[in-house]
Amino acid sequence: MLNINNLHVRIKDNGIEILKGIDLRVNPGEVHAIMGPNGSGKSTLAQVLAGRETYEVTQGEILYEGKNLLELSPENRAREGIFLALQYPVEIPGIANSYFLKASLNAIRRHRGQEELDAMDFLSLAREKMKFIKMDESFLNRPVNEGFSGGEKKRNEILQMAILDPKLAILDETDSGLDIDALKIVAEGVNALRRPDRAMILVTHYQRLLNYIVPDYVHVLSGGRIVKSGDKGLALQLEEQGYAWTEGGV
Amino acid sequence: MTDIAHHELEKLTDQDYKYGFTSDIDADQAPPGLSEDIIRLISEKKKEPKFMLEWRLKAYRHWGTMKEPTWSHVHYPPIDYQSITYYSAPRKKKEGPGSLDAIDPEVRATFEKLGISIDEQKRLSGIAVDAVMDSVSVATTFQKELAKKGIIFCSFSEAVQNHPDLVKRYLGTVVPYTDNFFAALNAAVFTDGSFCYIPKRVHCPMELSTYFRINAANTGQFERTLIVAEEGGYVSYLEGCTAPRRDENQLHAAVVELIALDHARIKYSTVQNWYPGDKEGRGGIYNFVTKRGKCLGKNSKISWTQVETGSSITWKYPSCLLIGDHSVGEFYSVAVTNNYQQADTGTKMIHIGKNTKSTIVSKGISAGHAQNTYRGLVRIQKGATESRNYSRCDSLLMGDQCGAHTFPYVEVGNHSSQVEHEATTSKIGEDQLFYCKQRGLSEEDAVNMIVNGFCKEVFRELPMEFAVEAQKLLGISLEGSVG
Ligand SMILES: Nc1ncnc2c1ncn2[C@@H]1O[C@H](COP(=O)(O)OP(=O)(O)OP(=O)(O)O)[C@@H](O)[C@H]1O
Ligand SMILES: [Mg+2]
Repeated sequence: MLNINNLHVRIKDNGIEILKGIDLRVNPGEVHAIMGPNGSGKSTLAQVLAGRETYEVTQGEILYEGKNLLELSPENRAREGIFLALQYPVEIPGIANSYFLKASLNAIRRHRGQEELDAMDFLSLAREKMKFIKMDESFLNRPVNEGFSGGEKKRNEILQMAILDPKLAILDETDSGLDIDALKIVAEGVNALRRPDRAMILVTHYQRLLNYIVPDYVHVLSGGRIVKSGDKGLALQLEEQGYAWTEGGV
Repeated sequence: MTDIAHHELEKLTDQDYKYGFTSDIDADQAPPGLSEDIIRLISEKKKEPKFMLEWRLKAYRHWGTMKEPTWSHVHYPPIDYQSITYYSAPRKKKEGPGSLDAIDPEVRATFEKLGISIDEQKRLSGIAVDAVMDSVSVATTFQKELAKKGIIFCSFSEAVQNHPDLVKRYLGTVVPYTDNFFAALNAAVFTDGSFCYIPKRVHCPMELSTYFRINAANTGQFERTLIVAEEGGYVSYLEGCTAPRRDENQLHAAVVELIALDHARIKYSTVQNWYPGDKEGRGGIYNFVTKRGKCLGKNSKISWTQVETGSSITWKYPSCLLIGDHSVGEFYSVAVTNNYQQADTGTKMIHIGKNTKSTIVSKGISAGHAQNTYRGLVRIQKGATESRNYSRCDSLLMGDQCGAHTFPYVEVGNHSSQVEHEATTSKIGEDQLFYCKQRGLSEEDAVNMIVNGFCKEVFRELPMEFAVEAQKLLGISLEGSVG
């Protein structure tokens, strides 16, 4: 589904290289966890996959469902099924959450050749998903993320994911800032979305999340490279020993 | 600015101003230039009573002693007042004032094309229209129906003929001809506009509106609107404007006067979409307007809402004089400038009565090389005890060639009053755009959404149909102009 080969990425503004040769292969149905120290490039990787224009790919390629992903605009990547839950979800003052979500969903549905949902159908879909992740309906009428607590913003990302029905979901530290109950709810939400035709990449700092969402693979990203890959046992090992031992272990 | 945004911006600026067409209309025109003779001619053509002519001449003489103001943050080459045509009226096919049948079919078609039907039967929603082209009102709808409730809604010319006492009593009482350069010019040469009178305790059952259209070349449009709401009266009034696309600038200098007596409420909404000029800054309307409302009575309320997307230069400060105790003034504004447009707009809230309240919400959006200035004055006079003002001015910048400026002046003359002012300037966020696009929205839709969210507090003050119109306009004015 996703094939990253020798990916080098730098920041457009100042030319600083962040990713220095990433290789990663994700098949349908798989869950990959990416861990690694602060500043190692995890969010950069996530955002490059989503097409953020502040980064520049200098080498390598990304294939998504066999196509060159780098040729697609951010909106077309989203419409083709890539969803990124941001580490820092953005506020859009004055625009109701429901309005935003409905516009997103319909943009994606149009692209897929599906009929747009009207207000009624959208509302019942949104209600169903909200119930599922135990989110109060009042959040539909509030402006997108404005005044939401840190955890509420994260939960809102999961709501969007559940409604937009992606093929490849990338969750960038969606577990950070969640209380224990919320973490469980979000994890349940994510687990329910696991499907043989859907892949997920979870960026996280905490092994705890991986108790709830058991990954097929764990990768350690450090200094812009994947320095170690393994199964869920790797996360446990990291928890015990920290990242120091992975260094030099390429 | 991203490459895509650049591209979008190009696309936008190449986009057509939808209302830029010209109509071939047989018009009765005065020769260009301004003199006492021209003023006499205008007054004569309009068969005005003597007091009007005298008032005009006094205004003209006063204007001669004034200098064009230079304090605003706008720049334009000197205007040659002698090259402007001050009177241009579409000829009627038949005589007879107010008759909807007498209208030149070409005039009717022009308004149809603008989405304004002057055919009463065809109007779906309850909106009465006064349609003004160039110097004169060509039609006013629903007059008879409104008259049943005692409401007078007609062109200014008709009001001068049929209700001279009311005109004499109120004309110039809110904006005297001595007020400023353009108000003096307007008083001297104004040719038409709308008049509206709401009797005691009458709640006007439909929205009243005036649609201003400039058609003839090299003319100026100078109209006056006068609205009086008697004790307990209520009216919601809308104003829309468009003009053909031309390389020369055209001057529009209007005056609006509102008077609210005890417990009366006037809601005045404008969607201003004069031709803004092309992307090099050629052409466009100079929109130099004086709008002011007097809350004369206790508990009266005047509320201005404006969405300014057009004109090459906008210079206007809809204001409220809060004279009656407990009176309320409001100003909600969205001003959008793109390419080389300039806007210097804001409000004045003058608190005179006790316990008076005012609210100012201004949203300025600039893109391209445009300059957008908020200029506001809140003055709480000594006797206006226990008064309150809340002001909020937000500016949104798209790109780094444009500018936003805020000049809030505050004077508080007593200790029991409170003034609160908030101001923000932000760039349209790359992170917001990315977020929207990551959710599948196009760049255009994303910008639209962010900007509409930014303007929300103002749009919700507009009557429904206008709010929809305003949102669309904003989209057209700004699509893709991101940086
Ligand atoms: N505009 C910029 N200029 C310079 N350095 C930058 C810029 N943007 C990002 N970086 C750097 O890129 C590196 C990678 O950042 P990234 O956000 O991908 O890290 P991360 O692995 O997600 O970290 P965390 O675990 O803290 O979220 C960091 O060192 C960061 O400081
Ligand atoms: Mg990160």
